[in-house]
Amino acid sequence: MTQTPRTLYEKIWDAHVVETQPDGTCLIYIDRHLVHEVTSPQAFEGLRVAARKVRRPDLTLAVPDHNLPTTARLDAAGNELPIADKESAQQLAALRVNAPEFGIRYIDATDKEQGIVHVVGPEQGFSLPGATIVCGDSHTACHGGIGALAFGIGTTEVEHVLATQTLLLKQSKTLEVRVEGKLGKFVTPKDVILHVIGVIGTAGGTGHVIEYRGNVFEEMSIEGRLTVCNMSIEGGARAGLIAPDDKTFEYLKGRPYAPKGADWEKAVGWWQSLATDPGAKFDKSVFIRAEDIEPTVTWGTSPEDTVAIGGVVPAPESFADASKQQAASVSLDYMGLAAGTPMTQIAIENVFIGSCTNSRIEDIRAAAEVLKGRKKADNVKWAIVVPGSGLVKAQAEAEGLDKIITEAGLEWREPGCSACLAMNPDKVPPGERCASTSNRNFTGRQGPGARTHLMSPAMAAAAAVTGRLTDVRELIGN
Amino acid sequence: MEPIRQVEGRAIPFGRKNVDTDVIIPAHWLKTISRDGLGKGAFEAVRKEPGNVFADPTWAGAPILIAGDNFGCGSSREHAAWALLDMGVTCVIAPSFSDIFASNAFKNGVLTVALPQEAIDRLMEVAQTDPIHVDLEAQTVTTPFQDRFEFPIDPFRKHCLLNGLDEVGLTLARADTISEYESKATAQLPFLAHATA
Repeated sequence: MTQTPRTLYEKIWDAHVVETQPDGTCLIYIDRHLVHEVTSPQAFEGLRVAARKVRRPDLTLAVPDHNLPTTARLDAAGNELPIADKESAQQLAALRVNAPEFGIRYIDATDKEQGIVHVVGPEQGFSLPGATIVCGDSHTACHGGIGALAFGIGTTEVEHVLATQTLLLKQSKTLEVRVEGKLGKFVTPKDVILHVIGVIGTAGGTGHVIEYRGNVFEEMSIEGRLTVCNMSIEGGARAGLIAPDDKTFEYLKGRPYAPKGADWEKAVGWWQSLATDPGAKFDKSVFIRAEDIEPTVTWGTSPEDTVAIGGVVPAPESFADASKQQAASVSLDYMGLAAGTPMTQIAIENVFIGSCTNSRIEDIRAAAEVLKGRKKADNVKWAIVVPGSGLVKAQAEAEGLDKIITEAGLEWREPGCSACLAMNPDKVPPGERCASTSNRNFTGRQGPGARTHLMSPAMAAAAAVTGRLTDVRELIGN
Repeated sequence: MEPIRQVEGRAIPFGRKNVDTDVIIPAHWLKTISRDGLGKGAFEAVRKEPGNVFADPTWAGAPILIAGDNFGCGSSREHAAWALLDMGVTCVIAPSFSDIFASNAFKNGVLTVALPQEAIDRLMEVAQTDPIHVDLEAQTVTTPFQDRFEFPIDPFRKHCLLNGLDEVGLTLARADTISEYESKATAQLPFLAHATA
């Protein structure tokens, strides 16, 4: 008997169905739950009010990231420094109390393993291929880079997972994004995903789970795959994933929470069976030639507002649809840009290299490669490099990358979400422009009135050096 | 959760497309550890625009919000749904919604009504002067001018919204079924069955 060919997503889904209701809604088992301080206080409060327990604290990991300042956390004597913002301090304190109270393993702000949840999960081997992973954060899609079905949830769902280790879900449609060919030099995973979002639009993946396929993703490093899957939500898809392969297994082997011994062998066997079967059908497919992807930046206030660095700011009337024309016009006004301006003529005052999209060691290395022996431009007032975790920070320092960064005139910070979202002291001032490796260029995202241009770490480093958006290939040649 | 059957009243004719959750409630409002009081921060940046609908007393306390395509895109923050509730909005009408927002809205008793753009255009017009009536049981949106639009809704969500059911409680009642799954999964996929302990 032959089974119907299935996609990677369908195989993971099928393995996690606890129960199917008559209308097709499924109770889905959740293997891993990451918790941070912003979207969990009300969930823990809900449990407490209803006298409910956490069903599987051993499948849950808590770490603070969003609110933490990225400046020193300890004084010279090793005492913890207070957090000036009272509300941030209160939210961080709540997690520190809630996690142990409910028996959940908690990584503290002062531990070396602390970092952004989406960096910590894979780094600790907590996130695994074929697992269902949730977190109260839309960039949970990130963990799809190691072949997990991972997606963001709201606080009531956080409470639901804490109490029951399950979620009620309807199966999503599948969207295949296939990128094939040879990427140019300095065309990075970030450029690939920005280009993909530019093609499919921010609602292109709504109701779908994306599977990224093709030689470009097969040849990509695990960290690159995490960057790509991270931004699936920017294309409207709740999750994005890439089939696990030998590279994935090599990346995970020996990590603290990864399976060991006989469990490891059994795990690899199952993981190898997860790849989409030949002949499996996707609801939608998008094909992109790798050669069409240039180093890419955004010009507007939606992640779909992408343009190759060699391009110009588009005119609102160049869009077919009237509401997009109006949105573009509002965006250009907010961004303080005139249609027709070459992207490389746009001066910037701020640079942010970090976030769950681009703060892993390969990202820091890429930035350092550009910054080595160069200096930050004088018009760049604020430029920070924020490693994604304490372990990334330690690795970068062992490689001397922090020295390269600080000698170039950029600041080297403590791990956290930092200037990706205006929740901690790292903000872009009103009306100022930032070359940012984060994932969202929304109005006010990096601070009220802040103007964000999304790009790769190499491109952000190049912008720091020239003081304007720059094609990194001009700076360091071919 | 409050049951929801009918929503009737003025509708805020916002109409904007791709309204992200940073627009609904900016990140600096997320530092609360409670669900209340977020209405003050709702659409903070939009409220500063001249002539915006949120600052206009015509629509103060209106229970319905009309928006464009892809409403609630971006972050998973449930604060977006709490902020809407806190400003008195219990129903959002738009051509489409982001998946996470729609789920968060549902779990907080905010009804999301998806209607084609032509219907939205008409409702935007009516909302300028008159109230709108949303009937969840009948799945219709009607106006005093005999307009009548039917909308689809997932039957399970409809049932929960009409009865104000708490999903956590419903699922906890299935604890035995979850335990059965866990025993089976531990045998088949032991490497997923334990993490930090």
